[in-house]
Amino acid sequence: MTPTGGLTVAVPRGALFEPTLDALDRLGLATAEIRENDRKLLFGEIGVITMRPSDVPTYVEAGAADLGITGKDVLMEQAEREVYELLDLGYGRCTMVLAGVAGDDRAAEALQRLGVMRVATKYPKVAAAYFERTGRQAEIVEVKGSVELAPLTGLVEAIVDLTATGTTLAENDLVVREEIAVCTARLIANPVAHKLKAAAIDDVLERLRGG
Amino acid sequence: MLPVEMRELRAITEALRGVWDARGYGEIYTPALEYEPAAATGAGARGAYRLFDEHGAVLALRSDMTVPIARVVATRYAAAEPPLRFSYFAHAYRAVRPQRGQPREFLQAGVELVGAPAPEGTAEALTVLCAGLDAVGLRDYRVGLGDASLYPAVLDAIGVDETARAPLLHELVTRDFVGLEREVDALGLGAEEAGLLVGLPQARGGPEVLADAEGGPASSAVSGMRAVHALLSPAVAERVIFDLGLARNLGYYTGAVFDVYDPALGVPLGGGGRYDDLVGRFGRELPAVGFALAVERLHIALTGEERMP
Repeated sequence: MTPTGGLTVAVPRGALFEPTLDALDRLGLATAEIRENDRKLLFGEIGVITMRPSDVPTYVEAGAADLGITGKDVLMEQAEREVYELLDLGYGRCTMVLAGVAGDDRAAEALQRLGVMRVATKYPKVAAAYFERTGRQAEIVEVKGSVELAPLTGLVEAIVDLTATGTTLAENDLVVREEIAVCTARLIANPVAHKLKAAAIDDVLERLRGG
Repeated sequence: MLPVEMRELRAITEALRGVWDARGYGEIYTPALEYEPAAATGAGARGAYRLFDEHGAVLALRSDMTVPIARVVATRYAAAEPPLRFSYFAHAYRAVRPQRGQPREFLQAGVELVGAPAPEGTAEALTVLCAGLDAVGLRDYRVGLGDASLYPAVLDAIGVDETARAPLLHELVTRDFVGLEREVDALGLGAEEAGLLVGLPQARGGPEVLADAEGGPASSAVSGMRAVHALLSPAVAERVIFDLGLARNLGYYTGAVFDVYDPALGVPLGGGGRYDDLVGRFGRELPAVGFALAVERLHIALTGEERMP
């Protein structure tokens, strides 16, 4: 039996990778092998699978993983996923912001003169819900790569994106106009595993809370 | 669906039909297309698909069978001596994100026991449920047992008013315990009361879960769950997981609620519960309990169990 009671845990690669492995270390999981292996994805003997953060809810919802760790930004964008959100892990703190090119607010101008602004984002559902809530008409342009490029080229007047330190925004001459939400890493669980493996999940939860 | 799949699905429905028929649950059928006013009673999932007949009246595809059967009981069985036992095998239609085990059109197999109050009626429904799952050949299934009146009773006891309840119930239904804790903190309650509101819905497991909740505002729901459990045969009782957080988002449940789980599938196989005032909305006051299983999910779980050691 693994230190997580035989549970399978979906671990996000990327910015949340290191702090997540640190948290798993505190559970007594031997994460050295994961840290050394950049390409290996499945660590069956300790019940860990690694993937990009936006895939974590997919694996957990389907029950391919019992538990998962991912950002609140991912969970907000995939709000329809039927998973339990169990714990705010506190790390990976970022802010979801509306940002635009420094100087005159081109988004506000577009809204005033054209009735609609164009906004680039990797979070189309979060962005659409935010503009609906604040009563503004926005055309959402979904991009897969560097969002910062879109307003610089005139593709859009603003972006909705996640920022940790604001460095990338500043380097591209972008400024934060509005803060939408603060996002941290969250522990999520499959709804069936949450019932059938309750003791093991509560044990992990208690130890993560204590640490 | 092609012959191989149809044959396997048919074996599942025949196994269920055999068991339920032998226990006196006569099969019933109502039309898939209903007039909208009949479908929209404020109860159950709202029909997602609507169309018009030649006179312009709105028709809806039914979203479950419980509401139509409640209507049949109140009208066609207005004077019949209870309890009344029905089973059904019928497609229902819901607006979902289509995926394996969750199509927009799905086959439900279920049972309604009308005129049998708690706890005896609930225990009979759970027994009939497990007999059906055994006949299908599922090995490792479990039944989560909760009570729809539990959380409202705790909210009443603590004195949380209607406006403050809505965000709490939203976090519960969307399974967000982080959000629930945030909303409870915002109420500014004492540590003990806040602990109950956050802790109770996360309590699930064996009888120790009930013992922990005794004496508090959840007492009455907990005694109800104990009473049901005491009436179950050992084989059924050992399938039960007590789940104080089990909340179903269909509006008509009044007491015991249950969900069916199998380790071979990441989503519940089905569920049900007591709806003691639903039949009354159609004109005859009768307590009732029932459940529905998603046949396609039973099939996936069955093939999944075959692959497990």
